Amino acid sequence: MDAPHKILILDDDPAILDLYKEWLSQLPSKPDIEISNNGARAMALLEAEPYRLLICDLKMPKMDGLQVLSIVRRRFPELRTVVMTGVEDEEFRSRAYALGVDLFWLKPDTHQNMQMFLECIESLLGRDAQSGFRGIQNKSLMDILQMECLSQSSTVFRITRGSLVGKIWILNGDLIDAETEGARGEVAFRRILEWKSGTFETLPAEADRERTIFKSINALLLEAAQAIDETGGSGTGESNEEVDHRKTVWRLATLTREGGEWVVSLPHDVAGAAEGWGTHSANEFSNWMRSATESIKRLGEQIEAGPWSHIQAQNFERKLIMMPSKNKNFLVAWPPAADSSGIFEKSKKLVSSWDS
Amino acid sequence: MGLLSLFAKARPALQRLPAGSMTVDRDGQIVTSTVSSTYPVDVLEKIAGEVLRLFQEARQAHLPLTEFRIHFASLQITAREARGGAIIFLTPSAPL
Repeated sequence: MDAPHKILILDDDPAILDLYKEWLSQLPSKPDIEISNNGARAMALLEAEPYRLLICDLKMPKMDGLQVLSIVRRRFPELRTVVMTGVEDEEFRSRAYALGVDLFWLKPDTHQNMQMFLECIESLLGRDAQSGFRGIQNKSLMDILQMECLSQSSTVFRITRGSLVGKIWILNGDLIDAETEGARGEVAFRRILEWKSGTFETLPAEADRERTIFKSINALLLEAAQAIDETGGSGTGESNEEVDHRKTVWRLATLTREGGEWVVSLPHDVAGAAEGWGTHSANEFSNWMRSATESIKRLGEQIEAGPWSHIQAQNFERKLIMMPSKNKNFLVAWPPAADSSGIFEKSKKLVSSWDS
Repeated sequence: MGLLSLFAKARPALQRLPAGSMTVDRDGQIVTSTVSSTYPVDVLEKIAGEVLRLFQEARQAHLPLTEFRIHFASLQITAREARGGAIIFLTPSAPL
């Protein structure tokens, strides 16, 4: 039997959170429901394990709902999002939809309204369980394109997957151009075909669009299918993005299990970029990591005290351990109440497992 | 004799690890110190400078620290922030 879907409710009002939790727990699909009263905690929860749906308020202190949604769109493109707000303003509604929310709902004021809301949520939870494009389930983008070309259509597809947007131009059944993320032509087309799900809309045909693709649609689709088969045949069938996502979930689960707050890693290579888990300030913290490493090296050489094994630091909010591994330095944050002697061993364990 | 004088040439002195504590002001000047007076003051000042830099850069990274401890193979440097300056403890793991 499939595990129940998980729903995360984000609202700064604890009374509202309790109320929604109670209502939503009565849905026929019996979803697991988590609550959060601030955006930062919501992000940490979303990173820790996969959720099906986020229900988000708009007006919140520190990080408002639109900020949360824009981050969510980028980082969790598969997550369904619903805005539930008391703000009756068309500007916010259109901004929320521009961020790709599935539903914008004013906080229900009648029982009937609430029933409708619950039905919509149940429908959103059930829909799109497998890959496919919203509106046409169980049809890949390849199927949709083939149908359009066979029917000699002229149209422009605008395809959205999270923050990614692509366009494909079809003129009289011929694929003439594609564009996404700075790429154009066949490269862009292949890139868009790699998206397994998303949303699309058809726009009016553009007859004067410059043609950059001259191969037939069938030839291009065949090439793309072969490429996908080769990728799938060589390993587990997961895309790099899926593997990265799985790694992130695993790492965050390990961190949470050990009781840690966040981790930042910084490659020894100066050109390497910092990565953060459980924090959005990875770059800021990595600046300190970089300069601290330099200071420590200078000190070690000056005093001739040998290599450094780690630095343990603390402030009123947390305890920190910075330690080097083979290719990276890691900065691990722990709650202030964490046992100082234990966090070194725990950090060492985390770093060695994450770095392997 | 020439051979003997060859052996008598000064060898590089083995620098001892610093042991003790010191307080430094926000400008990195050593205010008080219990570290042996034979230990070079300029090295102590460099230690103080790097310690203050670590605190300052942590503040700039929005990660203000109240205390840190650097673990070297043979020495621990513990520093506590004190109104812009610091109290620094130098503890050799295996004092010579």
